[in-house]
Amino acid sequence: MTDLDEIITRVHRDEWARVVATIARRFGDLDIAEDAAAEAFAIAVERWPADGVPPNPGAWLTTTAGHKALDRVRRESKRGDKQKQAHMFTEQTSGPPDPLGAVDDERLRLVFTCAHPALAMEARVALTLRMVGGLTVAEIARAFLVQETTMGQRITRAKAKIKAAGIPYRVPEVEDLPARVDGVLAVLYLVFNEGYLASSAETDPIRADLTGEAVRLTRLVRELLPEDGEVAGLLALMLLIEARRSARVSTHGELVTLDQQDRGAWDRTLIDEGHALVRERLRSGEPPGRYQVLAAINAVHTDARDARDTEWSQVVALYDQLVRLDPSPVVTLNRAIAVAELDGPHVALAQVDALAEPLDGYHAFHATRADLLRRLGRSADARAAYDRAIDLAGNTAESAYLTRRRDELGAGQ
Amino acid sequence: MHYLLTVIGDTTNEVDDSEPGAVDAFNEQLKTDGRWVFGGGLTSPDHATVTDNRSGAPVFSDGPFVESKEYLAGFWVVEADDLDAALQLSAGASKACNRKIEVRPFDGLA
Repeated sequence: MTDLDEIITRVHRDEWARVVATIARRFGDLDIAEDAAAEAFAIAVERWPADGVPPNPGAWLTTTAGHKALDRVRRESKRGDKQKQAHMFTEQTSGPPDPLGAVDDERLRLVFTCAHPALAMEARVALTLRMVGGLTVAEIARAFLVQETTMGQRITRAKAKIKAAGIPYRVPEVEDLPARVDGVLAVLYLVFNEGYLASSAETDPIRADLTGEAVRLTRLVRELLPEDGEVAGLLALMLLIEARRSARVSTHGELVTLDQQDRGAWDRTLIDEGHALVRERLRSGEPPGRYQVLAAINAVHTDARDARDTEWSQVVALYDQLVRLDPSPVVTLNRAIAVAELDGPHVALAQVDALAEPLDGYHAFHATRADLLRRLGRSADARAAYDRAIDLAGNTAESAYLTRRRDELGAGQ
Repeated sequence: MHYLLTVIGDTTNEVDDSEPGAVDAFNEQLKTDGRWVFGGGLTSPDHATVTDNRSGAPVFSDGPFVESKEYLAGFWVVEADDLDAALQLSAGASKACNRKIEVRPFDGLA
């Protein structure tokens, strides 16, 4: 890669969302903004090698995209395409100032519009990655294993609904903000999780492109909403998980569980940053939301230099707090895993067995049961549970790990 | 913009268990706030008649146009700046009539 390629890549990463957001605001149309931004970057790729990189690349791109957008609007109005004009989203110039210490940045409007609850979750994810993240439709299609045309249609439909249904281009009202921020974070967390534990056997078990993109976008949202505790919590959570990435899969492509990981291979810089965020939230004295509690749990794990030094009583106490915020069976399952370390596998197994009905189709339920049964010496039951878990697991590293564990059980019991 | 707030009825639970007076109060509020365009409850789908005059000779037949568990029980047409404002109204509507509400923008009003 030449220096110029690197510069263009960096400028694309840093400026894409701002260009799209600014044009969207000015022309009241996401579709126009997306096309104009893409055209502006294409022109940059063409011209910068000869003309040199402009002193302010972001401003150059915004101006160029603005001209392209204007050209298109003129072309369409000449054709009498009045439909477009009628559905432009209305610009909100007044509105409440400074909700939650929000930075006045066009990109914040873009983030909230792309993650609007009136859009289906898969459309929100695709739109956020395209409009805010600047990924191409082909890249997003590959990330979610769908045809490029399918992904293109998904994004087109979402843009059409935004226009036709009158989804506003603005930061939500203060009273709606917590719920709407939660919606944005759900999108980012979904992208991160798909990278952290890919759900399909057809991809790499860990996809650093997706976790990296999720971290980058969460950093951006944190920059835009610096006072929001859950934003800080989600960023901390991602950093503390991302820090362990290289230790999570062995050279043979097998999942390495937390207790077996080489803690020296963890990324200390990310851990320190994550811990600092968790401490910042503790100091705030505000009651934490679920991402903050999850981050705190991961902080306890990453605090221990050796798995045996883990403060399990603290982990269980944090899970108790999490269960109060989110009493879902999956949270109860994760709590039981910590309980096994504190009170033994027998106590944990009773709690896990109580979740059989809601979690029967969830591979982690059977994997957890299998491990507890193994520790209790119930090899035949453990084997059956491993079989179920292997059947349900999509991730290749996880399947490899579970298969080895099953095959290590003594035969014929 | 104008939005249609559709009240979704359910054939498995047709009792009107909304709080007495809640819908009237909601309507009054819509009028006070300048959001009201039109609205009303509908009788049961059993009382529907379908007209087909596509061929020039009108045929009238009994029954709703589509048989389903969920049906149109009533509706409002409201004036709202954008979807967020319409969703906020629909939340009030759902609470008032104790039913699910579908929100759809009009593609222009006649």
